[in-house]
Amino acid sequence: MSMVDGPTPLPEAATEQAAEEREARSAGPGTSVTPEKRGGHGIFGSLGERWNALPRQQQWAFLIVVVVLAYLLPLMNPPIITTEPGNNFALACFDMARFALIAVGLNVVVGYAGLLDLGYVAFFAVGSYCAAMLTSPDSPFLHIPYLWTIPVAMAVTMFFGVVLGVPTLRLRGDYLAIVTLGFGEIVRILATIIPAMKGQVGFQNVGHPPGTEADGTPIFSNSNGVPWYWLTLTIIIVITLLVGNLERSRVGRAWIAIREDEDAAEIMGVPTFKYKVWAFAIGAAIGGMSGALFAGQVGFVNNQKFDVTTSILFLAAVVLGGAGNKVGAILGGALVSYIPLRFTAIAEYKYLIFGIALVLIMIFRSQGLLPARQRLLAYGRTAYYKVAKKDSSGLAGGDVPPAGRSGLGKGNEKGAQA
Amino acid sequence: MLPLLVPLLPMENDWISFDVTSLGQNFWSATFDGLTFGAIYALVALGYTLVYGVLNLINFAHSEVFIVGCYAVVFTLTSLGFGPSVPRLGLTAIILNLILALVLAMVASAATAFLLERVAYKPLRKRNAPRLVFLITAIGASFTIQYIIYLVRGPSPEVAITMFRPLAIFDVFGTIVDSQQVVIVIAAIIMMVATERFISKSRTGRGIRAVAQDPDTATLMGVNKERIIITTFVIGGVLAGAAALFYVMKIPSGVQYSGGFVLGIKAFAAAVLGGIGNVRGALLGGLLLGLIGNYGQILLGNSQWTDVVAFVVLVLVLLLRPQGILGTSLGRSKA
Repeated sequence: MSMVDGPTPLPEAATEQAAEEREARSAGPGTSVTPEKRGGHGIFGSLGERWNALPRQQQWAFLIVVVVLAYLLPLMNPPIITTEPGNNFALACFDMARFALIAVGLNVVVGYAGLLDLGYVAFFAVGSYCAAMLTSPDSPFLHIPYLWTIPVAMAVTMFFGVVLGVPTLRLRGDYLAIVTLGFGEIVRILATIIPAMKGQVGFQNVGHPPGTEADGTPIFSNSNGVPWYWLTLTIIIVITLLVGNLERSRVGRAWIAIREDEDAAEIMGVPTFKYKVWAFAIGAAIGGMSGALFAGQVGFVNNQKFDVTTSILFLAAVVLGGAGNKVGAILGGALVSYIPLRFTAIAEYKYLIFGIALVLIMIFRSQGLLPARQRLLAYGRTAYYKVAKKDSSGLAGGDVPPAGRSGLGKGNEKGAQA
Repeated sequence: MLPLLVPLLPMENDWISFDVTSLGQNFWSATFDGLTFGAIYALVALGYTLVYGVLNLINFAHSEVFIVGCYAVVFTLTSLGFGPSVPRLGLTAIILNLILALVLAMVASAATAFLLERVAYKPLRKRNAPRLVFLITAIGASFTIQYIIYLVRGPSPEVAITMFRPLAIFDVFGTIVDSQQVVIVIAAIIMMVATERFISKSRTGRGIRAVAQDPDTATLMGVNKERIIITTFVIGGVLAGAAALFYVMKIPSGVQYSGGFVLGIKAFAAAVLGGIGNVRGALLGGLLLGLIGNYGQILLGNSQWTDVVAFVVLVLVLLLRPQGILGTSLGRSKA
C-alpha cells in the first residue's frame, strides 16, 4: 500500500477520509476483473468520459428520456428490435427486465464484493417457491396477498444467504463458488424429493398483484407482459438507486476494498467477514425478489425451471455487461435474455454461446462492455476532476500518478506475487 | 437448512424419514458399495487437489475432463463390440479390451486437461489476472465443454455397457463382495499410491511440491513452473480418465453430457473433506464421502439424497474444520 504516491489530498478534505480515499484508490481502482486496459478504451470507454463531462442537468434530462423510452418500449414494439413473431414482445420485455434485475443483484455479489456466486438460481428458486407456496391454491400453507410475498421472499432468501455465507465466507472466496454451485443443485433436488414442494407437479395459479380491467380480467395476467414489465422496471429503478447509494457509502467502499485485496482491507480495519456476508445476503434478497416476480408472472412453479446452467447465464450477464458497473449489469442482463429471444435460430445454442463468451471475455476484455468506472467514491465527480486535471496538466509531476496507470502497475505487481 | 424452517410451517411430516432398520439390514452392502463409489470420487478428487495445490484454483472444468474420459470409454468399448448384454469373450480378452479403454480414456482426459490449460488458463496467468477471473474462466470452460458434448451427443445418456458379469469373490457377514467392487477399489488404491509415490519421490514430483509451496522461489531454484503446471493438469487428467473407466463400470447408464457436474461437486467435497491440496487426504476424503453418501441414501430412502448428504458434509467441513481431516497442503507434505 503506497501511501506516498497516492493522489495529493484535497485541501478541504478531512485527513482521515482522504487517507481512506487514497487507500481505496491505490488498492487498485476499477474492478478487480480489470487490472489492465481500463477506462478510456474503445467506444464504450470514450462514451463514459463524454457522459462524465456533461453537466448534471443534462445527465438527468438524458436519463429521464431513457427511462420514459424504457417504459414505452413494449407499447412501441419497434420494428427491427421486436422479437415477434417468434416471441411476444411484451413478455420478452418482462424477461429482459427480470434478467436485468437478477444481474443487478448478482452484480452486488460478484461485481462489488468480488465473490463468485454460482448458485444464484437457487435464491431465485427459493423466491419463486416462497411466492408460489404462499399464494397458490395448491399449497396447504397460509395464504397472503401476492405483493406481501415479495418482502417475505426477500427475507427468506436473505436468511438462506446468511446460512450459506457464514460457514463459507470466513474462508477464501473460492469455497463460496463451489458451495453455491452445490447449493444450486441441492435446491432443485430438494424440490423434487420433498413431497410438500410437489416436484414436477408444481404449484399452479400463483397469485398476482390486485386490480382488474373494466371487463373483470386481472390487469396482471399471465399472458400480458406489459404491467409486469412496468412493475419490474420500477423495481429495477428503485433497487439501482438503493444499490448506487450503498456503493457510494462506507459499505460500498468496504466491498471494493475487499474485492481488490482482501488481506489489505482486513489490515486496514475493514471488517471483511461482515461486509462479505452483507453483500451475499443483499444479492440473495434481490435474487429472491426476482424469483417472486417470475413466479407471479408465469403463474406456475415447479422443479424444472431452476437448473444450475441458468446460474451460469446470470453470471454471463454480469460479466458481459461489466462486473462492478450497475448500468453494465442491466445492459448485460437484458442482452443475455434478448439475444436468444430475438434470434430464435441460435436460441438452441445459447448456453454454448454464453459459455464461450464467458471464457473469451475473461481472456480478452475482462472488464466487460461497460467497464466499472474508477472513481473517488466519497467525493464523487468534484474530487475526480480535481485529481484528473492535475494528472493531465502534469503539474504534480511524479507524485501524482495518472489513475489508470497506477492501477495497472498495482495489478501487475500484485499478480506477480500471487 | 430446511429443518430450521419446518417448525414454522404447517408442513406434512413425511418430507424426511429415517429408515434405521433398512440401514441395519443393508449395512455391509452399503459399506462395500460406498467404498467403490468413494474410490471413484477419490480419483477425481486428486485432480482437483493437485491443481488447487499448485495454482490455488478450483478447476471447475475438471468434471468435464472426467466426462470426456467417460465418453472415450463408451466409444472404445462400443466399437470393440461391447453392449448392454454380458460380453461373450474370454477373461484375457476382456482384460485387454478394458486396458485399451483405460488407456484411451486417460489419453482423452489428459488431452482435454492439457488443452484447457493452454487455451483458457495460460493466457490469464501470463497477464497475472486476479483470482475471480480464473474462477469465471474455469466455470465458463466447464460450461462450454458440457454444451459441446450436448450438441454432439444430445441430452440422453449413452447406451449402457456391461463390461463383465460381476462374480462373487468372498462374503463378509453374509454380504457378497463381487469382483467389480474389488477391481475398482484395488485399482484405484494402486493408482493413488502410485501418484503419492510419484509426487513424493520423483524429480517432477518434487517440482510440483516446490511450485505448490512457493512458485517464485521454485522458479528461482530452476524449476520450470510452466512445465510443472501442465504436468499437474495432465496427471489430474490421467487419473480422471481412470476414474471414468470405473465410473462406466459401476454406473453404465450414467454417461451423459451433464453427468460430470454432480460427480465433480462430490469429488471436490471429498478433496475438501480430506484436506485440499493433500494427496492422501483425497483418498481418505473420497472413501469417507462414498460411505457417508451411501449410508445417508439408505437411511433417507432415496438415491438423490446422496448428493444432498455430500453437500451438507462439504458445508459442515467448511464450518468445523476447513483445513480438512489431514489438513496439510501439497507443499508441506513430507519431503
